[in-house]
Amino acid sequence: MSSYIDRVRSRARDNPNVWLVPAVIALGLLYPFIEDGMRNLPLIGDFMPTTGTLVVMIAFTMMAVGLNIVVGYCGLLDLGYVAFYAVGAYTAGWLASQHFEQIKFHLGSSVSNEQVGIHVTMWLVLIVAGLLTMLAGIVIGLPTLRLRGDYLAIVTLGFGEIIPQVVRNGDSFGGFNLTNGTFGIAPIDPVGFPLLSAVGLPDNFQASDNRERWYYIVAFLLLLLTVFCSVRLRDSRLGRAWIAIREDETAAAAMGVPLMRTKTWAYALGALFGGIAGAYYASFKSGAFPADFYFNISVFLLCMVILGGMGSIWGVTVGGMILAYLNFDGLSTIGSKIQDAGLNFDPTKYQFGIYGIIIVLMMLFRPAGLIPERRHKIEFEEGVHDTPFYDVQTEGALTDRDPSDD
Amino acid sequence: MRETGNNILRTLRNPKVVNGIGLGFVAVIGLWLVVNFVKGPEEFVNVALDGLTRGSIYGVVALGYTLVYGILQLINFAHGDVFSLSGLVASTMLLSVLGLTGDSSNLVVVGGIIVTLAVTIPLFAIVNATIERIAYRPLRHAPRLTPLITAVGMSFIVSNISLALYGVDYESGSDLIPQGAAFTIGDIRVTWKLVFALAIIVPALIALRSFVNYTRQGKAMRAVSQDTEASAMMGINVNRTISVTFVIAGALAAVAGLVFLLEYNIRYDTGFELGLIAFTAAVLGGIGNLAGAVLGALLIGFVQSFNEGLTWHAPGGDWTRTIVFAILIAVLVFRPQGLLGEQTPEGA
Repeated sequence: MSSYIDRVRSRARDNPNVWLVPAVIALGLLYPFIEDGMRNLPLIGDFMPTTGTLVVMIAFTMMAVGLNIVVGYCGLLDLGYVAFYAVGAYTAGWLASQHFEQIKFHLGSSVSNEQVGIHVTMWLVLIVAGLLTMLAGIVIGLPTLRLRGDYLAIVTLGFGEIIPQVVRNGDSFGGFNLTNGTFGIAPIDPVGFPLLSAVGLPDNFQASDNRERWYYIVAFLLLLLTVFCSVRLRDSRLGRAWIAIREDETAAAAMGVPLMRTKTWAYALGALFGGIAGAYYASFKSGAFPADFYFNISVFLLCMVILGGMGSIWGVTVGGMILAYLNFDGLSTIGSKIQDAGLNFDPTKYQFGIYGIIIVLMMLFRPAGLIPERRHKIEFEEGVHDTPFYDVQTEGALTDRDPSDD
Repeated sequence: MRETGNNILRTLRNPKVVNGIGLGFVAVIGLWLVVNFVKGPEEFVNVALDGLTRGSIYGVVALGYTLVYGILQLINFAHGDVFSLSGLVASTMLLSVLGLTGDSSNLVVVGGIIVTLAVTIPLFAIVNATIERIAYRPLRHAPRLTPLITAVGMSFIVSNISLALYGVDYESGSDLIPQGAAFTIGDIRVTWKLVFALAIIVPALIALRSFVNYTRQGKAMRAVSQDTEASAMMGINVNRTISVTFVIAGALAAVAGLVFLLEYNIRYDTGFELGLIAFTAAVLGGIGNLAGAVLGALLIGFVQSFNEGLTWHAPGGDWTRTIVFAILIAVLVFRPQGLLGEQTPEGA
């Protein structure tokens, strides 16, 4: 124990920022209890998000952290991440709602035993959603990961477009109603602690007095878990293999990194978090609707990763929270302030244009992101010979030229 | 478990198996088409003509993708949005500036179309070249994903410019063209829409082909797309050549935007989906290959029209997007070099 404290002390001496993480965690856990005070602050009070908004922000940040594994660690551009969000949300819909009214199955769920349909406890649903999404990641990955970066991007985009359309048209697969079409699946069961209600924990978050607060605390813990897993993955043997592939596929293969297997793992593990976040968010808003899953969400998540810094786990978390805040609260607040000032301009209408501008400006002027990952920054500054393994074209035809040509 | 997985993978990579599965798909589709043809030949041909109209528009957009990809290996996501912005500007020109209506005589409409093209072609050539100049050129030496991500960002910027200028309403110029058939052969109706579309698109394609094949600048484009480094050493101004490519792609987008406006209706986000379809067409034909892009686009146009127009076991319009992207994925998996393309890295 004392050696652990010594270690923390010595790390604190080397890096004064080490206290930042516990401070942020403490503030995060306290926020719902000081929310009223914060929202009443002069000047900035109007810009403080509610606890409910924070839950949404965290759900999307979790997805961004998952996407960061694929894009940031492994350097594979995924433009269809929304597909994983959809798989997660619909898993929750299938396993925890009245959708399959032919069946009556209850497993530790917080809803009344009278309800028809499958009702598995949301805790298990989160795990199953994660695993199913992982499977979806593998299924999408296996045929496509062989392709070079830009083709991979367009194929993932294709899957990101196919899955929502299948969901929308899925109310009659040979007469079987799988997804309930455009109406979506609602309501989805709440999260809760039915077995622990004796100790004072609510057995049903939606019905409890502090619905948003409970959802927020669990979401916050899930985000911490995601970030923790993501950090540990990055430092693992697998994570180092991902970074090796990102930096130089040919060299990584020559060093014995199995390309396909490593990339498939990146896909699967990246998808995992998207599924968990999707299922949790579906439970929070108590429904899964096909209109939620469209290409712009994929770009929104990508924008979070780019803004924060590809591969930088803290950067992506911060970038995700900033953009999600802007999307779900900030822009409309700013918009109402602008309109109060007498200008007729509504920034929420142009949210995706704003993300586009952020993406282009970041790529042009700060490609490593707001909080760059050290290694990735070096890559951007020194440039890499980004010649993929399967590329038989001229070595770096467009990257190697002498800048004085221009 | 892992052994079985590897074995399945190895079997799947075997060219014979791959080709077999691919040919199987094609055979099933062929059979479906034949049955539909036998059940209603006239309907089949009419639907095919509709597919020709669509496909020719897709072809012009697909050429924009394939030209840029051939020279920069960049998927220019913004191209589809430039296309829809050009269509919207053309609607302003035709309907507001020139004040054409459904009652205007055909000669006036043709004149209006020519004037509109004279404005939109140079305008969008410049717009496209500007996008290249500010967003892509500074990233020439960056890692490969960087310009690609930038292109996605540019796509959103351009579509939001359309949104800011034109709002969410659809614009359409389809009243300007005479409704009904130009001529009929039996029950087969060749509509004025098809005639107008081909009358604009075919000259544009001929002009493009002559430019690429017979001019000095076109030769430079071909050289740069084959080997940038060597062309630079031979004294070709690579940056200017890339700019010229974007100028041509922008001009093609303007042509496609006008034709699309005359045939269907267009709004700020039309270009996104149409762009993806056109890109799929370019990949299907073999990306970087000009004839391939047109061939792929015609095929995709037929696929879409057959899917939405035929009656015997057609999945219908709800599934168009799924089918188009399934084709894209299948092409990339089974025949990455496309129908006419040369052996590309993906073929390895």
